[in-house]
Amino acid sequence: MEHSKGAAGAVTDTYAKERVWLLMPTWLMLSILVVIPVLIMLVYSFLTKEFRGGVIWEFTFAAYDQFFFDRGLFGDEPVKIEWTYISIYWRSIWQAGLATVLSLLLGFPTAYYIATRPQNSRAVWVFLITIPYWVNLLIRTVSMKFLLRENGPLNDFLLMIEVIDEPLRLINTALAVQLGLFYSYLPFMVLPIYASIERYNFTLSEAASDLYATKFATLTRVILPSIKPGVIAGCILVFVPSLGAFLAPDLLGGAKNFMIGSLIEEQFKGSAGNWPFGAAASMILLSMVLILLMVFSRQQKKAQPQGGQ
Amino acid sequence: MLPVQNQVAVNVRDLVKQFGDFTALRNVSLAIKDNEFFTLLGPSGCGKTTLLRTIAGFEHQDEGEILLFGDSIAGLPANQRPVNTVFQNYALFPHMSVLENVMFGLEMLGSSKAEARPLAHEMLELVRLGEFAHRKPAQLSGGQAQRVALARALAPKPKVLLLDEPLSALDLKLRKAMQLELKALQRETGITFIFVTHDQEEALTMSDRIAVMSAGEIQQLGSPKDIYEHPDNVFVAGFIGETNLLPVSVDEITNGHAHCHLGGGHKVICSAVEGVAVGNDVHISVRPERLRMSAQPSDQQSLPGTVVETVYVGSDVQSYVQLNEGPLLTIRTQNSALGKQAIFALGTQTYVTMETGAARLLQD
Repeated sequence: MEHSKGAAGAVTDTYAKERVWLLMPTWLMLSILVVIPVLIMLVYSFLTKEFRGGVIWEFTFAAYDQFFFDRGLFGDEPVKIEWTYISIYWRSIWQAGLATVLSLLLGFPTAYYIATRPQNSRAVWVFLITIPYWVNLLIRTVSMKFLLRENGPLNDFLLMIEVIDEPLRLINTALAVQLGLFYSYLPFMVLPIYASIERYNFTLSEAASDLYATKFATLTRVILPSIKPGVIAGCILVFVPSLGAFLAPDLLGGAKNFMIGSLIEEQFKGSAGNWPFGAAASMILLSMVLILLMVFSRQQKKAQPQGGQ
Repeated sequence: MLPVQNQVAVNVRDLVKQFGDFTALRNVSLAIKDNEFFTLLGPSGCGKTTLLRTIAGFEHQDEGEILLFGDSIAGLPANQRPVNTVFQNYALFPHMSVLENVMFGLEMLGSSKAEARPLAHEMLELVRLGEFAHRKPAQLSGGQAQRVALARALAPKPKVLLLDEPLSALDLKLRKAMQLELKALQRETGITFIFVTHDQEEALTMSDRIAVMSAGEIQQLGSPKDIYEHPDNVFVAGFIGETNLLPVSVDEITNGHAHCHLGGGHKVICSAVEGVAVGNDVHISVRPERLRMSAQPSDQQSLPGTVVETVYVGSDVQSYVQLNEGPLLTIRTQNSALGKQAIFALGTQTYVTMETGAARLLQD
């Protein structure tokens, strides 16, 4: 999201030749790990499916057609919009968005708290935040399932303190998926915000309060705009992986709470899959995310034409 | 409108502030008059910034009280005190334009943008930055950022303006220019300025009155002339300007004159001060520019010695004279007064004479 400022761009290119060579490893990595896989995906999305997985090398729009349009079982009925997949995408966006908002609401105060601790205890707090993430995501999600099940510890506890009379059905609900997503990606919100708040000059808060700003005005008019890059980074880091997540929806959501990630996963699993359709679904997801990010960064630029530091 | 002379703007009473084991302020009391350019001067760690921050409301005193035009402000948080601060590193809001920075205080006081904008422009004109209104702070030079910080703090028309070493980040030339500008701004606006600095020259140049602080206490409070010419104690004499601090023993006190002797038995006569009695070992302070050198003793008080070093410092020549079996003296002579005298050559025998009243007896 960083854009080089005018002044930096105007630096004479004394090292142009060296720069090309020094950037080589980066370009190489990006091509092998990003550009080529995406291109393969793009090509596959236009191929014809082979029934036991794999593809036949024949060009077709069938995968995209299947995603957006319903032509009946035999393809001879009047064309209708196919809502199945669009609604899965919609549910995914909604879930990912909610997970982002929730992590922001919890992550911001957490990050603020850590960043305002004395220097040497900050490292301890950051360490504590990251500890659960040393455990594999699959294990953590399964644990969550055990935690939430009908005769699991959460229900036992709620029954014991008599908040509820009978166990809550939490597993296989949108709420469970939400909890799973939120829990999986919370640190990706906390860490970048923490990094920005740590760099934040707290004299600015004093200056605001000196100029008659209430605490709320100081937060909204001075602190938040100053740490916006961290907040944006955190939101992207939570939203994007939540959108494509498949562990939480698979394990905690059941069939009713299918999300994009699970849909794509299914297409490549075993012999029931449809590779071109999976590739097309991935490309649609990728374009959607890219468009979202572009709209966002354009608005950022409009709001801050100088990109001021 | 006639300004009410000598009305007290800020009255600080018995202020105590501790940070853990460290006492930043020990029973500090002072009265700052309305329309005054008042300076808190002292080395780092003397408590001057803590005092300023306590007046601003960023710190809360452990004991004592602060009255602002007669009203106690103890219970008021910073954002309800009608005082504004110019911070050491300006603390301009980086995401706002210069104009928005200056408008901020006015808006927070309830002005609409439409009301605040012309006032903010007016303030920017006052600090001669009218054409920079739409720049971002990152695009300003240090001196410009400094003036924006001033405009921002003055825009809400505070009753008292607090300045926390605002010039320390500027280079020497700019600092000199800003000193005069600040002084002029204070006179124009009629707002009481409380200025914190560790630079004694800055304090002498700008202030109506100075409080010299050390170790959480006020050592001396007075006009720049008072403090420079009549320091009360060794700390003040040493901190303000250059001086010769010489240990002396008091032999006799008659008719308000103290007869003392320096190491090596050299006699010095100066005005007696309260608290110094016969037999005391104390110090005298003599400013280098109030010492004269001559080839022959000019009176009975002339002290014999040897020139051990001569340094050319532009407008002046600074000489170091080792008194016979006595202390080393620093002497400053204006270049124009010098002519082609040879008495300043190294190793020359010379006589040092103090101007009448130049030696000041100090309490330790």
